[in-house]
Amino acid sequence: MSTGNMNLTLKVWRQKNNNTKGALVDYKLADISPDMSFLEMFDVLNEQLINKGEEPVVFDHDCREGICGMCSMYINGRPHGPKDLVTTCQLHMRSFKDGDTIVVEPWRAAAFPVVKDLTVDRSAFDRVIAAGGFISVNTGNAQDANNLPIPKMQADAAFEAAACIGCGACVATCKNASAMLFVSAKISQLALLPQGQPERYRRVQSMVAQMDAEGFGNCTNTGACEAECPKGISLENIARMNRDFASAKFVSEETV
Amino acid sequence: MSDINSNIPEGELTSKWTKYKSSVPLVNPSNKRTIEVIIVGSGLAGASAAATLAEMGYKVKCFCFQDSPRRAHSIAAQGGINAAKNYQNDGDSVYRLFYDTIKGGDYRAREANVHRLAEVSANIIDQCVAQGVPLAREYGGLLDNRSFGGTQVQRTFYAAGQTGQQLLLGAYSALERQIGMGKVEMYTRHEMLEVVKIDGKARGIIARNLITGEIERHFGHAVVLGTGGYGNVFYLSTNAMGSNVTAAWKAHKQGAYFANPCYTQIHPTCIPVSGDHQSKLTLMSESLRNDGRIWVPKKKDDNRKASEIPEDERDYYLERRYPAFGNLVPRDVASRAAKERCDAGYGVGASKLAVYLDFKANTERYGKIEAAKAGNHNPDKETCMRLGTAVIKEKYGNLFDMYAQITGENPYETPMRIYPAVHYTMGGLWVDYNLMTSVPGLYCTGEANFSDHGANRLGASALMQGLADGYFVLPYTIGAYLSKEISVKAIPTDHPAFVEAEARAVGILNTLVNIKGTKSVDHFHKRLGHIMWEKCGMARNEKGLNEAIQEIRALRAEFWSDVRVPGVVNELNPELEKAGRVADFIELGELMCIDALNRNESCGGHFREEYQTEEGEALRDDENYAYVAAWEFKEGVNFELHKEELKFENIKVAQRSYK
Repeated sequence: MSTGNMNLTLKVWRQKNNNTKGALVDYKLADISPDMSFLEMFDVLNEQLINKGEEPVVFDHDCREGICGMCSMYINGRPHGPKDLVTTCQLHMRSFKDGDTIVVEPWRAAAFPVVKDLTVDRSAFDRVIAAGGFISVNTGNAQDANNLPIPKMQADAAFEAAACIGCGACVATCKNASAMLFVSAKISQLALLPQGQPERYRRVQSMVAQMDAEGFGNCTNTGACEAECPKGISLENIARMNRDFASAKFVSEETV
Repeated sequence: MSDINSNIPEGELTSKWTKYKSSVPLVNPSNKRTIEVIIVGSGLAGASAAATLAEMGYKVKCFCFQDSPRRAHSIAAQGGINAAKNYQNDGDSVYRLFYDTIKGGDYRAREANVHRLAEVSANIIDQCVAQGVPLAREYGGLLDNRSFGGTQVQRTFYAAGQTGQQLLLGAYSALERQIGMGKVEMYTRHEMLEVVKIDGKARGIIARNLITGEIERHFGHAVVLGTGGYGNVFYLSTNAMGSNVTAAWKAHKQGAYFANPCYTQIHPTCIPVSGDHQSKLTLMSESLRNDGRIWVPKKKDDNRKASEIPEDERDYYLERRYPAFGNLVPRDVASRAAKERCDAGYGVGASKLAVYLDFKANTERYGKIEAAKAGNHNPDKETCMRLGTAVIKEKYGNLFDMYAQITGENPYETPMRIYPAVHYTMGGLWVDYNLMTSVPGLYCTGEANFSDHGANRLGASALMQGLADGYFVLPYTIGAYLSKEISVKAIPTDHPAFVEAEARAVGILNTLVNIKGTKSVDHFHKRLGHIMWEKCGMARNEKGLNEAIQEIRALRAEFWSDVRVPGVVNELNPELEKAGRVADFIELGELMCIDALNRNESCGGHFREEYQTEEGEALRDDENYAYVAAWEFKEGVNFELHKEELKFENIKVAQRSYK
């Protein structure tokens, strides 16, 4: 079994709750294995803190397979760390070297207030979805699934947009803390499918309105979101959302 | 023999559900508005039920411990969802799906429930597609299917290796729509700590707000638990870190029977353990067995690289032992076969606890097909591999990336190393045909109940069951109960039953933080997992199980005197959350061993070494064990066995054969 030989210095954001000020705290870790995941390295740190009678670092995580979207660490200035297309839980210590200093902070955005240490509140995303990120079809109302053929290219494009895991890295990395990549991915998924057409323009207006109400910033086409997205969600989605948003004023009789 | 009533409707198997649906009592719309239903869990089973009940007009409260309902562990399901659509025209039917599921479950599931599941399976696909779930399609625009283990038809619908994610996001969007309309009150970062019972009926829950630590009381005319499986009792499993048994276990302690806890699914294709630091195991979808061939070297302790071992020195042991199903035998069979080879000394990799899953043959085959499509009927090997790799990448790209990320190896070039790992639990809270537990008004859906998979679940059937329960079964069956509750006014939460339940929950939390022992929660969890894996894992025997029971009891005593939970109760405190969950896992672990010891036969995921055929296959004892073991919790962590006899009236019970 592999015990490693990496020695690391961590600078970790500690903050008791949303009403107190936080600060970076230094920790030393020894004998870290390159085969560990980044979060397993944090498990080691926490075990060490508990054994010393200190409080462990609180961080969000769950599936540790890169799909639930819960993990959310800002590592050395990048959400989910140095590797492209990878969530924090799938980042492994072989991406670092012995002697490294690693700075770990929470997502930073006004719409994502810090709850404790590295944990933030991302419920704004849920509220944006609740504003229109769905197709209004009650259970039991569906026709046979194959009655409506959908061209493969279109279905695949919808799937690519739907691959978003809602982690919030796009917001965290954006200098404006914009949520446009997240919001546009859902809008695109549904706009690309025939089932999404009836509510298409209503949806884009409601979701954008909610996004603004939550305090997310605007998009200035920097593209950091696309570069940092662990699922490779494309900037084209934002363009599509903007097109639909603009068209909504003309083609839709409904204003929301 | 049965001493519990499963409330299966009378009549022909094929018409039971139809008749039931048209005769079940209804609740009129104005009454629905005043009836409150609590749903705990927001995975496929919970979110679909919450959305559907709200659409029907009930007042719904939904709880999850994650920061959003979209994070429930259903999201990690990879391979697919079964449905008897027969779109491939390969002879599929409701009966075949029913038959495959009963047989796959080694004849330990209830016929009526499984038939109903097969009946509604097709509706699920329709519903999800209508919600905008982007399932995989063919060029003609119609839905694509693939094969899964234990079947000879292609009935599995999928969305790359992210089927669970797409289906859950569909259910989540339906749920968020109801939240937006104010019909569901959503409580995220809340953990259920107690069921509240009044006059014998479930009437609410005690939940802890995980951010503030505040204890809350919530009333419901009925309570539904869709809280998932208990695989994390093994510490290492493919479950999410937070997956736990606590809600189900608290219900069990309030009188809900726990059925067949020993039926554990060990999934054959997971990434092997790499070291002591390991916190979880990662599944490589069963769908990979469509295109991967499993082998080990024919020579013991062969240290050559996979690529250096010639074809005739490889043992494709599944194809050898089970020519009819080959690499697509059910999970329990494939897992035991892998263990058998590794135990016999043929394992590969540094730990020798792994076998190869090799895509080369199929990559080449796909490459040939692609080349032919482009008019090249005599492609060289390199062209084949290049074109075939693109096909494999489209089908399984995300899984291959995940494998590369975790192991640091490139699975397009070298075969994957895989080994079985705990994945799913067939056991769970006992429910009747209505999905109601033995506590009136307390329901259980999805993986958390025991109902549809017998002793072994077939691949791509978990998503099917979770959504069947939530969209199409519970919303009907719960009406049978609620129609009798329409005159019950919401009970104020200062009722003594709420006060008492809250005191129980608070008592446990305070005890945990005040032990101030010397060892972390994880320390105990790892030790429990070790006992369970070694003695109640892929193979069990009487001696080991008896030892395990003693060891777990000792561990429980040690836990309650020496665990160290830092921090306080009234704040976000993940160590405290874990401590409560591990305390419940320890008690459950003991029950799993007791159940495994009671069942003197081998069936599906329960393999007792004493009971096997000469060829090493599971040997059932239908005369004595064709029953559901439903355990009742008794004071002081004791358990009393109740039996529900399983009657097979439509299927001839036989020894399972995949040869």
